[in-house]
Amino acid sequence: MDQYLLLMRLDIITKEAQPSPEQLQVYMKQYHEWVAGIAAENKFVSGTALSTEGRVLQSDKVPIDGPFAEIKESIAGFITIRAESFDDAAKIGADCPILNGEGNSVEVRKITSVNENG
Amino acid sequence: MAARTEEEIHATGKKWMDWMGGIAAQNKLVSKGNRLFPNGKVVKPGNVVTDGPYTEIKETIGGYSIIKSDSYEEAVDLAKGCPIYVIGGNVEVREINEM
Amino acid sequence: MDHQEIIPNLFRTEYRKIVSVLSKRFGFEQIEIAEDIASETFLTAAQTWGLGRIPENPTAWLYHVAKNKAKNHLQRNALFEGKIAPEIKSATSDLYDGDIDLSPENINDSQLQMMFAICHPSISQEAQIGLSLRILCGFGIEEIAAAFLSNKETINKRLFRAKEKLREERIEIAFPEPAKIEERLSTVLTTIYLLFNEGYYSVSQNKTLRKDLCLEAMRLCVMLVENKSTGTPQANALLSLMCFHSSRFEAREDKNGELVLYDEQDTNLWNADLISKGGYFLNCAARGDQLSRYHLEAAIAYWHTQKADAKEKWENILQLYNRLLQIEYSPIAALNRTYALSRANGKEEAIVEAEKLKLEDHHFYFALLGELYTDIDNQKAAQFFERAISMARTQGDKQTLQRKIDKFRPADIPD
Repeated sequence: MDQYLLLMRLDIITKEAQPSPEQLQVYMKQYHEWVAGIAAENKFVSGTALSTEGRVLQSDKVPIDGPFAEIKESIAGFITIRAESFDDAAKIGADCPILNGEGNSVEVRKITSVNENG
Repeated sequence: MAARTEEEIHATGKKWMDWMGGIAAQNKLVSKGNRLFPNGKVVKPGNVVTDGPYTEIKETIGGYSIIKSDSYEEAVDLAKGCPIYVIGGNVEVREINEM
Repeated sequence: MDHQEIIPNLFRTEYRKIVSVLSKRFGFEQIEIAEDIASETFLTAAQTWGLGRIPENPTAWLYHVAKNKAKNHLQRNALFEGKIAPEIKSATSDLYDGDIDLSPENINDSQLQMMFAICHPSISQEAQIGLSLRILCGFGIEEIAAAFLSNKETINKRLFRAKEKLREERIEIAFPEPAKIEERLSTVLTTIYLLFNEGYYSVSQNKTLRKDLCLEAMRLCVMLVENKSTGTPQANALLSLMCFHSSRFEAREDKNGELVLYDEQDTNLWNADLISKGGYFLNCAARGDQLSRYHLEAAIAYWHTQKADAKEKWENILQLYNRLLQIEYSPIAALNRTYALSRANGKEEAIVEAEKLKLEDHHFYFALLGELYTDIDNQKAAQFFERAISMARTQGDKQTLQRKIDKFRPADIPD
């Protein structure tokens, strides 16, 4: 099985689009249930959530504040999974609860090599 | 991007490895992360699946690494060593929110 | 050879076999009885051989005596526990004859299984190494104490506590189940690796003893490699690594027992046989798709056996250290990586990287900085070497560093 990266993109900049603490709790619960389901299939490799601030470095190497903001949607987190194929990975990604929100997306990318371990 | 000679690819590979090795030598590498194949799929609400990487913007994500640092400044300094700028790329530094 | 020479030699090779086979038969909880019987066997040999002639086949003689002593023990035990059936109460000692199996196969299996029992994560690595030296390598307590720069009493206590703990954990002398073998083997390999390092980098001045530690580590690894279920790519890589390193055993020490630095070694003293063995096992390690730290370290060690000081050599070593550090960080690997960087990319770049490391607890860190600043800023270099000398643990290390300073012009040396 190959490994795939699922990048979760959502609007973390526009004020009105941010969830209330109660909503966030519901979202996190849904998210954890989704991840648990993947793990139950032994397809979960690792997951990382990101805080909303950030810095961007371009070729002049002068850091700019804020996440990469050419577009409204930024990466909120990513998880690595094992999947049989791109389609299989996309199917898993389609169940991601962030897709309940308009404008959000999950990008599915294949990882080039996973041959090293300790 | 114009086709690169094998030598160029090799030289770039070395720059990447030296950069990553330098971070690891400071014991600040959490995970070397991964490089990603350029193609991909995007899933949007309503189970809409499109081919290709996320293309609202020209730049797609080529890979990621996880490092540890005491501050954003330190993380940014480590990111400055990344060889991606040579080919017009950029690096986004984001703090990890433990789940 | 008279008996005064032959007995210590046989003790080193046969004691461990007898202990392993008997412990396996009796169970780990009776390991001390197994050790006692093995010791008594050698005592009997010393008494008997000292009086008359040495038997034609001393090993067979030892096995025979050990077997009889073991049978006596089992009989006494059975009688004591009253479990013996009435009809065989008058049994001869033949009852347990087939029971104590000192065939080469069983000796080999028992020793491998003992390796798994001793190298158990429930006891500390130090205890694993100590027990390995005693039970798997047949080292005397005094030798172990010398290797650890400790005393007999401390070592005895340490071994006793380790055995107690293994008994509490009800450790069995058996192969781990297939699903667990990889995980358990990794502990065994770590212990062998540390045992080798103990010999290779030891602060002990006893060269023969240090070499013995290395050879024993290699012997244990050979046993693993030769067995189908334990001869994994990692085990092969570890053995390869040890072969490459030990190929420089003669070259890395001068006549006075002082350490000769890699760059100053007489490459004619490198052992070509061990280098080619290292290559063989590295090839065997290439099976499968796992790249462990042993693979990378073996590949680094391979490049060190290449005499020509080509840029390619240091470039390869640098890249291997880059990858090794990503799998497992260690201060020594970070320092070595920076040295390789200086050879591959130049000293200026390496100085910038070295100063980021901030490994100020290690005298090697200052030795490296001294090395990097040599010919760039000799005054600074001398200061770093001085600082390294003040932290170095052994006289040999201090002398080696002092020689570096002595090469500078007097004007460069700080007061």
